[in-house]
Amino acid sequence: MLVSTNVLTSRSAARSLLAENGSLAALVVLVVALSLMSGDFLTVTNLLNVGVQAAVTAILAFGSTFVIITGGIDLSVGAVAALSAMVLAWTAADTGLPWPLATLVALAVGVVCGLVNAVLIAYGKLPPFIATLAMLGVARGLALVVSQGSPIEMPEEVSRLGDTIGGYLPVPVLVMAVMGVIAAVVLNRTYTGRAMYAIGGNEEAARLSGIAVGKQKLITYALSGVFAAVAGIVLASRLASAQPQAAAGYELDAIAAVVIGGASLSGGKGRALGTLVGALILAVLRNGLNLLSVSAFWQQVVIGVVIALAVLLDTLRRRGGR
Amino acid sequence: MSQAREILRVEKLGKRFPGVVALDGVDFDLREGEVHVLLGENGAGKSTLIKMLSGAYQPDSGSVLVDGEPVEIRTAADAQRLGIATIYQEFNLVPELTVGENLVLGRPPRRFGLVDTRRMHEQARGMLDRVGVTVDPRTRVAELGIAQMQMLEIAKALALNARVLIMDEPTAVLTTTEVERLFGLVRQLRERGVAIVFITHHLEEIAQLGDRVTVLRDGRSVEQVPADTPEEELIRLMVGRPIDQQFPRQAQRAGEPLLRVEGLTRAGAFADVSFEVRAGEVVGVAGLVGAGRTEVARAVFGADPYDSGEVLVRGRRLPGGDVRAAMEAGLGLVPEDRKGQGLVLGADIAENLGLVTLRHATRAGFVDRAGQRESAGRVAEQLGVRMSHLGQEVRTLSGGNQQKIVIGKWLLADAHVLILDEPTRGIDVGAKVEIYQLINSLTASGHAVLMISSDLPEILGMSDRVLVMARGRLVGELKAAEATQDSVMALAVTEVEDARVH
Ligand SMILES: Nc1ncnc2c1ncn2[C@@H]1O[C@H](COP(=O)(O)OP(=O)(O)OP(=O)(O)O)[C@@H](O)[C@H]1O
Ligand SMILES: [Mg+2]
Repeated sequence: MLVSTNVLTSRSAARSLLAENGSLAALVVLVVALSLMSGDFLTVTNLLNVGVQAAVTAILAFGSTFVIITGGIDLSVGAVAALSAMVLAWTAADTGLPWPLATLVALAVGVVCGLVNAVLIAYGKLPPFIATLAMLGVARGLALVVSQGSPIEMPEEVSRLGDTIGGYLPVPVLVMAVMGVIAAVVLNRTYTGRAMYAIGGNEEAARLSGIAVGKQKLITYALSGVFAAVAGIVLASRLASAQPQAAAGYELDAIAAVVIGGASLSGGKGRALGTLVGALILAVLRNGLNLLSVSAFWQQVVIGVVIALAVLLDTLRRRGGR
Repeated sequence: MSQAREILRVEKLGKRFPGVVALDGVDFDLREGEVHVLLGENGAGKSTLIKMLSGAYQPDSGSVLVDGEPVEIRTAADAQRLGIATIYQEFNLVPELTVGENLVLGRPPRRFGLVDTRRMHEQARGMLDRVGVTVDPRTRVAELGIAQMQMLEIAKALALNARVLIMDEPTAVLTTTEVERLFGLVRQLRERGVAIVFITHHLEEIAQLGDRVTVLRDGRSVEQVPADTPEEELIRLMVGRPIDQQFPRQAQRAGEPLLRVEGLTRAGAFADVSFEVRAGEVVGVAGLVGAGRTEVARAVFGADPYDSGEVLVRGRRLPGGDVRAAMEAGLGLVPEDRKGQGLVLGADIAENLGLVTLRHATRAGFVDRAGQRESAGRVAEQLGVRMSHLGQEVRTLSGGNQQKIVIGKWLLADAHVLILDEPTRGIDVGAKVEIYQLINSLTASGHAVLMISSDLPEILGMSDRVLVMARGRLVGELKAAEATQDSVMALAVTEVEDARVH
């Protein structure tokens, strides 16, 4: 009584991609609707603009995807992004460190923040929510301390990350694509990636199967930290300066993007492509609402409703099998 | 008996899931005061059928009649209103709550709007006494063994005082003593006119307890026979072919000792446990529930720490509480609780089967996923896992097929000493023989197996040596030739009574 389901023609593959991925379908609907409502939406300039808007959130969200798949949560990514960029700008400007080294130091700051989170969680047995909330405070505070509260200019070479190549290809979009591919490869192909799914799905079963849960969590949160650092650097490059209050509240957008993308906050589920779609949905929505001149106050309401709807639709679709 | 009133009838029931037809026209009827056994291979559709009577699933076609009236059972509350109580194959307990809280879940005794803890524990104790379980109602469920969880589920269902009681493999993890107590309870209920649906893969239980048997095959009801039908005939009906030997053990000459355990002790769990497992051997571990067998197994494998003693693999001492070190030394453990410890339910079959071998399939950080899938496919075929494809979520497999996955992932790992804790829990007779054959080929290639089982015939049929535990101590060792149901039980029980006196 078994029906084979793995025979798919390429045409129905596209259809099943949409059907399986509620969020992708939602994105398509959103894009179609907005292009009908506003003539300015479906232009190359505007779409690139959306890409740039999405880039920082998406990069942060790729990092959060790792954490959420293991069943954890990382509230510190926005603050870590700001701190990393700040350290880059500060070491380059004040201590005269060459920019490539300064960049490495900034990435290392991301890693260290992630590792501290992971040690508190995996070995200190703190709930991820609390450990990363504490890190949010510490990182944001340090960013303010280092900068003494005012922006620091980014080294010119690094600032090119905010440029647009040939007038068409914005570098942030390129970075987003690269980080997305890295995230997808880590999740699908590496030991650590597969271990993340197992840990999030059933930590005890993972442990009894020989997965070193503590060590894998260290790697997971360290990755989240690096991705946050990259996002912070891209954001600062676009603004040409590192600002202590940059990326405040971005952690919530990142989490929303991951969840809209089909991940489960209870762990074990999530994909890089889904997260990208989630980040794009948020960016398209903000951009579209601006084009339609919806007031900033109402925008918040609409975005809240859309997040709830997107996740609700996805849940209902999954439950359809019952 | 034949005059008894019919309570429940199911006609041409159908249910499909994406990619699978689970039920394809099932007829079934249930009379007052009878024990009606549902028999069928893993994945035949037994659990799906009862879930449509308990309101967990909705049928796609066919009808359900209660007292001759067609009914729709949409929710668990509907089922309760109709007097139907269900003990599911997979437990529905909240691990972080206490035994007492779980027993009165949803309807705790209240005083001034607050939960009346004292009365709750009193009620819970009464419910536990009824099934003869001596566990403190304040214990967290997470600390219980699988058999105690099963007894808890039984206690919960009995408290509903239903007129239809459905039991999905309640005896899969119980030892002879608890099974007898359970049968006593079931017989009492039957006297009072309660109608009982009973699912089991232990064929000997059918004649002991049952009145009628409905056999399911591939989602269809193929036959209804009286419970005293000979076992061979029942097997033929459900598998479609006879099975010549239920326990095909081919003993090997025992070689060098692979695993040695010396004076292993953990306060409150087990004390001074010493034994040895040699290459080519199957060593069975028998005992009552709570005898400490699982605790010892987990400590040996490093899943839990121990206070003193040592574990040696091929003469090398293992650090305590270190699963990775144990695995590296060549130990493997198939845990008793597949849902809690064995499976990643939300992941697919290939992923679960590849979990233990993941590290070996990794080169420079990258996993050879194609290779992993291929080996997964091979083992799944070997064990006859009934699935639509390797990408199916393990959650949606039938209970017995889930168990095959837990075993399968360790078979792939090629462990030198494989510790099996209730390995054939919920597995049908045909697939059991396959697993025994695999145990044979493991030992033939010089590996060893330590097998904990509550299924005494299985222990007697497959072990070369039998260790008996009681109250956290190893109380005896019997050679295959001396081990009988009586000699094993005598050891398991007398010592318990002794221990209580002291
Ligand atoms: N939610 C679901 N989604 C998809 N398939 C399902 C689902 N639930 C059950 N099935 C499939 O339906 C079939 C019947 O399963 P069921 O659990 O009823 O078997 P069973 O007779 O109880 O077997 P066992 O003896 O192993 O417990 C199996 O092939 C199973 O994989
Ligand atoms: Mg079942």
